[in-house]
Amino acid sequence: MLRVENLTVKFPSRFGDFTAVQDLSMTIKPGEIHGLVGESGAGKSTVGAAIIGLLQSPGYISDGTMMLGDTDLRGLDQQEAHRLRGKRISMIFQDPQTSLNPLMRIEDQLVETILAHEDISAAAAKSRAIDLLEEMGIKDAASRMQSYPHQFSGGMRQRVVIALALCTNPELIIADEPTTALDVAVQSQVLDLIRRLAEVRKVGFMLITHDIGVIARIADTVTVMRHGKGIESGPTAQVLGNPVHTYTKQLMAAVPPLDRKIDRFMVPEKDDIVTPSMNSGAQAEAWLLSGTKSDPIGLSLSDIDVTFPGVRTSIFRKPDPFVALSEISFDVRPGSVMGIVGESGSGKSTLAKTLTGLVKPANGTMTLGSADLPGGKTRARKHPSRQLMQMVFQDPFSSLNSRHKIGDILAEPLWLYGLVKDQKERQELCADMLGLVGMPPEAINKFPHQFSGGQRQRIAVARALLARPKILICDEPTSALDVSIQAQLLNLLKDLQKAFGLTVIFISHNLSVVRQMSDDVVVLRNGRIQEKGPSEQVYEDPKADYTKRLLELTPTMPSQWMS
Amino acid sequence: MLDFIKRHEGLWLFTHSPSVMIAAIVALAILIGAVFAPWIAPVDPYDLSSFSLMDGLLPPVWEEFGTSKFPLGTDDQGRDMISSILYGARLSLIIGVCAMAIASILGVGLGLAAGYIGGRFDAVVMRIADIQLALPAILTALLIDGIARGILPPELRQDMRVVVLTLAIALSLWVNFARTARASTFVQMNKEYVQAAMMQGQHPLRIMFVHILPNILGPLLVIMTVDLASAILLEATLSFLGIGLPADSPSLGTLIRIGMQFLLSGEWWILWIPTLFLIALVVSINVLGDFLRDVFNPRLR
Repeated sequence: MLRVENLTVKFPSRFGDFTAVQDLSMTIKPGEIHGLVGESGAGKSTVGAAIIGLLQSPGYISDGTMMLGDTDLRGLDQQEAHRLRGKRISMIFQDPQTSLNPLMRIEDQLVETILAHEDISAAAAKSRAIDLLEEMGIKDAASRMQSYPHQFSGGMRQRVVIALALCTNPELIIADEPTTALDVAVQSQVLDLIRRLAEVRKVGFMLITHDIGVIARIADTVTVMRHGKGIESGPTAQVLGNPVHTYTKQLMAAVPPLDRKIDRFMVPEKDDIVTPSMNSGAQAEAWLLSGTKSDPIGLSLSDIDVTFPGVRTSIFRKPDPFVALSEISFDVRPGSVMGIVGESGSGKSTLAKTLTGLVKPANGTMTLGSADLPGGKTRARKHPSRQLMQMVFQDPFSSLNSRHKIGDILAEPLWLYGLVKDQKERQELCADMLGLVGMPPEAINKFPHQFSGGQRQRIAVARALLARPKILICDEPTSALDVSIQAQLLNLLKDLQKAFGLTVIFISHNLSVVRQMSDDVVVLRNGRIQEKGPSEQVYEDPKADYTKRLLELTPTMPSQWMS
Repeated sequence: MLDFIKRHEGLWLFTHSPSVMIAAIVALAILIGAVFAPWIAPVDPYDLSSFSLMDGLLPPVWEEFGTSKFPLGTDDQGRDMISSILYGARLSLIIGVCAMAIASILGVGLGLAAGYIGGRFDAVVMRIADIQLALPAILTALLIDGIARGILPPELRQDMRVVVLTLAIALSLWVNFARTARASTFVQMNKEYVQAAMMQGQHPLRIMFVHILPNILGPLLVIMTVDLASAILLEATLSFLGIGLPADSPSLGTLIRIGMQFLLSGEWWILWIPTLFLIALVVSINVLGDFLRDVFNPRLR
């Protein structure tokens, strides 16, 4: 049905043409789900945009053929392309928040789309819309579609988006990261829906995603992309189960398995920068080890409640507080890794902020080692815990001050805590610390924007270590990174944890990642602890229903594919 | 050189937009003319002995009766127009730049602190800003002028006109800076680098000025250029209305006020030449401000 041959897409820039997609070929049959997988910058979304004719200006297709049935997609003029979009090819976007018009009722959006492409009465269009929504699993569709998008939950909204894509009976649907913004339970429902639609309605899907688990779960065929080129293509089981190309092999090795804990990821250790002057980091290592109080310390929380002021409903009444965390108690053993896992809104990040003193708990006590740890603003600016606890943040693009040089960012903890007095010594130590986290020492003279996300996250780790901490809090440190970079960073964190006896609190929504990292685990949901215990025990034999469901619904690959 | 331009987006955009380049040249020419007025200008318009009534009301050189001694003509006192304008632009620019500097220091300081501290402090500062916005600049100027007259001895009053005018303009412009700085600070407060600094226990002043300030400079720089233009215009307005500078040390606004008297009597150049000069200055500064906004905020492009 869809046949793409030698597709090449270029973007003119002030440095000459940049080739975003090069010589890509693929075919999609009716009822087939074709996965397009690759890391960020691989050109996946550009392929989708080129096919539907929505390439972002000034990008252009320089070569190749694209045929949908008998129609040559490249030969269409603007008007024909416009008619074809939505009629024969539809698109599902990543974020259901933004792909629906917030000021229009669902009904109006669906009816408008149907009427734009078909010559039927408004009443017929409306009844078609109701049928579609019911097919998508939205109950009581006739009255629900009077609502506005914000009155639906994320998963429901994505169903509406799928209904919108389907309402003109297209032959091909391009789904660009359709489940990335959704929680696992909702993701699993949406994936089931896509699978069913492909089988029942014989719609061809092009599923663009970075998540190999999603591909493994529903795609029939898959194309692996890298740097704009198709690396490997074929039936999913063959490409992922028995990869031929080195890149595919590496990609598979970097995917953290959910069903067992592995020691290390078998990936190339260093990022793209390779310089001969790489420091060993021996000096930094010795400096860290020579810390006077080198024995690890633990951390414990008991009955922590955190509330935020809620929405005021009346000017005469105090607003009801919003409970972010409730009765949180757990102990982190000295020198161990505590994993904290939960979906979005479960209070994971609030927990990290409470520990670091950015949020004040309403009740409960925290203990660091044997000393009491005051919360929020009651923690003095010079409190010793400020040095002992360091944090690695989620977003490497905002956690480093973009106006400061790397050297200045790294030296900050050294002078702030009075660890190294001499300016020159500080710079030397910073450079060496970069070596320890696998970065070239020249980086100290550069600015953060000159580095990739993975490299910045390494710099963030170096900054945390330069405070000579006992406890390292990692809040989703890899969620903004590609899998291969994630694997490298996880390896690095494991090595550092072992070498320096750090106590680590590792927060993530990704169950597989947490299993690889943690000794103990706490499962959070809506601010409450669902289950806690040694992580192998929790993963092998979950007690709480919620944990069981989470483990079941996380898309994974058959274990025989992962050598 | 070409490579260097290609690497810096701002420079690249600059060399690809003729209107911005023209504006830059005009602004630069006026700036140089104003700064070096004492050396460039043919005569010193403040020195009463340097001109004579005999030369009064001479038209520009290209008109009938024009002489090359006074390329842009003279006013009724026989003062050389080109010298008056250069000296006037000098005063206008000094007042504009100083007012803008005072307004930005006051506004950015208050806005940054309001955004960082929040709560009651924020509420108080922003309400004061709202009140300030409700007062017209002329009223503020009259108010300060009145206070200055009240406290200063008479012999100082004349000399203090420049300071009074500068303060009045600064007071009516600081709100813009405060609002922008506050809003940008709110955005930066949610960034993780600020949280990291707070968590480490850095001093609040350091977080505000070393961490946050460099990150909000972009939008502030845009406001600075746009407000420089408004400051110059405001000064011209106040001087035109007679609250600003007196006729013996004329700024551009004063020159325009003087020129008004000759609008209908045929001596058009006394009004129009300073006016066109002011328009050229303000438009070119505004074009540069818009260009800066585009460079710092690529999403608007």
